[in-house]
Amino acid sequence: MSFITKPKVQWSGQRRNPLGLTIRDYEGGMSTLCAGCGHDSVTAALVQAFWELAIKPEQVIKMSGIGCSSKTPAYFLNGAHGFNSVHGRMPSVATGALAAQRDLIAVGISGDGDSLSIGMGQFAHAVRRNINLLYIIENNGVYGLTKGQFSASADPGSKSKAGIENRQQAIDPVATAISLGGSFAARSFSGDKAQLVPLIKAGLAHPGCAVLDVISPCVTFNDHEGSTKSYAWTREHHESVNSPDLVEPADAIEASYDEGQELPVKLHDDSVIRFRKLESDYDPGDRARALEYLERHRAEGKVVTGLLYFDPNQPEFHQLSGTALQPLRDIDFERLNPGADGLEQMQKKMR
Amino acid sequence: MTQKSSHPSRVNDFVIKIGTVNGTGSASANTLLMKALFRMGIPVTGKNLFPSNIQGLPTWYEIRASRDGYNARTGRVDVMVAMNAQTYEQDLAEVSPGGYLIYDSSWPRDGQLARDDVQLIGIPLADMVNRHFTPARVRILMKNIAYVGALCALMNIDRDVVRALIEETFAAKKKLIEPNMQAIALGHDYARKHFDCPLPVRAEAMNGTDDHILIDGNQAAALGCLYAGATVGAWYPITPSTSLMDAFESLCKRYRIDPDTEEKRYCVIQAEDELAAAGMVIGANWAGARAFTPTSGPGISLMGEFIGFAYYTEIPAVFFDVQRVGPSTGMPTRTQQCDLMAAAYCSHGDTRHPVLLPADPRECFELSVAAFDLADRLQTPVFVLSDLDIGMNDWMVPKLSWDDDYRPDRGKVLSADELEQLNAFHRFDDTDGDGIPYRTLPGSHRKGAYFVRGSGHNRFGGYTEDAEQYQEVVDRLLNKWETARERVPQPIRTDSGHHTNIGIIAFGSSHGAVTEALAQLADRGIHANYLRLRAFPFGNDVQAFLDEHATVFVVEQNRDGQLRALLKLETHTDPGKLVSILHYNGLPLPSNAVSERIRDHVRKEAVA
Ligand SMILES: Cc1ncc(C[n+]2csc(CCOP(=O)(O)OP(=O)(O)O)c2C)c(N)n1
Ligand code: SF4
Ligand SMILES: [Mg+2]
Repeated sequence: MSFITKPKVQWSGQRRNPLGLTIRDYEGGMSTLCAGCGHDSVTAALVQAFWELAIKPEQVIKMSGIGCSSKTPAYFLNGAHGFNSVHGRMPSVATGALAAQRDLIAVGISGDGDSLSIGMGQFAHAVRRNINLLYIIENNGVYGLTKGQFSASADPGSKSKAGIENRQQAIDPVATAISLGGSFAARSFSGDKAQLVPLIKAGLAHPGCAVLDVISPCVTFNDHEGSTKSYAWTREHHESVNSPDLVEPADAIEASYDEGQELPVKLHDDSVIRFRKLESDYDPGDRARALEYLERHRAEGKVVTGLLYFDPNQPEFHQLSGTALQPLRDIDFERLNPGADGLEQMQKKMR
Repeated sequence: MTQKSSHPSRVNDFVIKIGTVNGTGSASANTLLMKALFRMGIPVTGKNLFPSNIQGLPTWYEIRASRDGYNARTGRVDVMVAMNAQTYEQDLAEVSPGGYLIYDSSWPRDGQLARDDVQLIGIPLADMVNRHFTPARVRILMKNIAYVGALCALMNIDRDVVRALIEETFAAKKKLIEPNMQAIALGHDYARKHFDCPLPVRAEAMNGTDDHILIDGNQAAALGCLYAGATVGAWYPITPSTSLMDAFESLCKRYRIDPDTEEKRYCVIQAEDELAAAGMVIGANWAGARAFTPTSGPGISLMGEFIGFAYYTEIPAVFFDVQRVGPSTGMPTRTQQCDLMAAAYCSHGDTRHPVLLPADPRECFELSVAAFDLADRLQTPVFVLSDLDIGMNDWMVPKLSWDDDYRPDRGKVLSADELEQLNAFHRFDDTDGDGIPYRTLPGSHRKGAYFVRGSGHNRFGGYTEDAEQYQEVVDRLLNKWETARERVPQPIRTDSGHHTNIGIIAFGSSHGAVTEALAQLADRGIHANYLRLRAFPFGNDVQAFLDEHATVFVVEQNRDGQLRALLKLETHTDPGKLVSILHYNGLPLPSNAVSERIRDHVRKEAVA
């Protein structure tokens, strides 16, 4: 595998955003993920969202941990600095970067393994600190990069490729973020660009930690009987619902459905995930209700999508810390150092 | 400071050891005592030997006064203040022959617990204090002050100096001054009346402390971070490094808060663990701030993965390791030099890191500043390896000085303007042959964008899994290591002035003991040259010193001889001539432990 630069083809008549940039200017290197991987769809949605928002690529930092999902910052926004850190530790690096330069627009890409197992602590504390980060978890219920072991988001009853059944409870990052006191918790599906792009834009605009759990199927390690991410129950019912056409495994699954609607989506292994989009009059400002809503639908085997909880007034990390508005890295040295006289003064007390 | 005096031997040359129970507020009394000696012009050092506990366990404070300016432990106790009944027996046993033991005679002590060669001095501290003061809390505190009063009389400590110190301490709570002075008087007057004062072991004013200060290493290192312009600090509390971040934060509160807006020109983050602290520091440095984390051995173990990552991705970062004894519960409040190897080769894969080795608080200050400059210039993690003895004990050092012309050396960072002029930017391309490429900061310019990844990058910063391209990068990192060898602080050599083929190598807090041991050895006709290491990697001076001497004693405070092992690995020398002098019981290294063992070895060799 080598690094492939995507050829930039520009043609006249391409749409430009207020910065005069085309969508191509927001792309990155060629993806090396499996054809049809849900993560590539999330990448495409990110490109779209950044272009639509007309954000200067160089204002952005793209942070990630380790995993197939964490590779994807290389596939969008070539003009932004990227940081593929170590497994499960993206949040701390992002926190440090934002501590140094608070004006950066930070997007963190993680996986369910990266954030819910090895990185559970850092995930929780990034939420708690409310750092100004769009925190995307590309959630496939498995460790893709290490070849299909269960992740902590796999539901009880689902089977791994080796036929082993998961009996442990699943961690729902959205419910977790809400109960940790997070200020923004949303879920979407990689195949639902119509919902995903606006949620990414909302997350970028949110002044705090915006957790966006994106169900993003792994075509390679979900491609077998019993590997549903949570859908054993739904599977039984998939005849009775109006399923879309079976999608060829090599194609990314797409789906579109309306607010307040439910949509069963058939995955590559024939299993069905049953999405439930929030009603248009759902109030995302009510924390207790958000948790209750999630739990009620989980019990029915439904995966709720949309902006579940949102509190724009919760103070962000720097507000909580009282940090200067001027980015710390740009503050003149003279304003940091008390000088020889200061040192002399201080030492009078040391005698 | 090293003026010889004609005084009888124990004048301005003694060790006072105070045994108390922790949580009883003795620290302020002990500080008062030490500062009083210091203000009388007598060189002093104070060492706190304390348990890993908040209240109720035995704790000791050792004050060494040395007219010759030595600061190591000596293995002697001339005056023991035994305030803890629980350890009385042990405390009595520790007094050197001819010494004194002061105890609270409010309760009779077991008559059998006496020694012919130790004079017992009973002072009814609790009785006197209880009669004089009321609330129980005040009584406990005043009992401590009362033993200071007794010592004033017994050891000829200037009461005016003591008063001045008390007045300064309670400048904001003036009504506490008189009660404290009364407690001093209680102890003082009783001792005066009942004993021959002063004892032969006593203080006399001299002028050995001009232009010196009393400071601990963590406070000094925090000052270094402040002065180097560090703005981001991330940490997870761990003894004995906690007071470093506490000190940094209080310095920042004093000097870095805008008086009008109350905005902070710093950001201290108490992380969820040391892994996160390391990640934050790496992220902050990558984004262009100067950032650091203080920790101790267990924290370094947790940070290992990130430190290797920062080495390979060439991100500057400063790690303070205030070393303590071994793992987890039991000995975390005891000192050792046990993380040298862990720091030098921290992490998986081929990694080596510059490690700076301060010997006292003054060097904690200077080498902290140097560490930030080196990290930026070399674009790599740099360790400052201090220890509990340096970090948490009170040392007398020459005053710290600062050059206002200093500006941080941020190394090779391309500005937006410079990027604008460039055709293309390649993150890991060594264009000037010193092994150090140029870096850019996020948010500066689109042309400077690059993608940080662990091992899978080539010279240009692109992704690769190609064997040759990978090796090209790791080989270039070796060139950088050679550059580091020249730029780290060089060792300090002290020659004996005699022809000798004996050498001593040591670092860090062993320095005080080695300095005194050299004099003790010279008194017995054994002369040795001394090389004090101040950094890893080792430069040519180290190789030359090893080559010049037939026997080189390597003095260090760990069980496995980590410095000796490092010298074997990193220099070309016959390991047979490296003789370990090891000390690792958790207490600071005493000078006699060094001199006696070197003497024994030299004698044996001479016989053989
Ligand atoms: C410290 C450490 N342990 C283990 C690994 C191996 N590893 C690489 S990716 C991965 C799991 C990734 O899973 P997830 O975050 O769900 O990403 P996905 O590949 O599914 O997108 C593991 C265990 C590692 N890189 N580092
Ligand atoms: S293994 Fe799964 S998660 Fe990884 S790239 Fe392939 S499809 Fe995507
Ligand atoms: Mg996964």
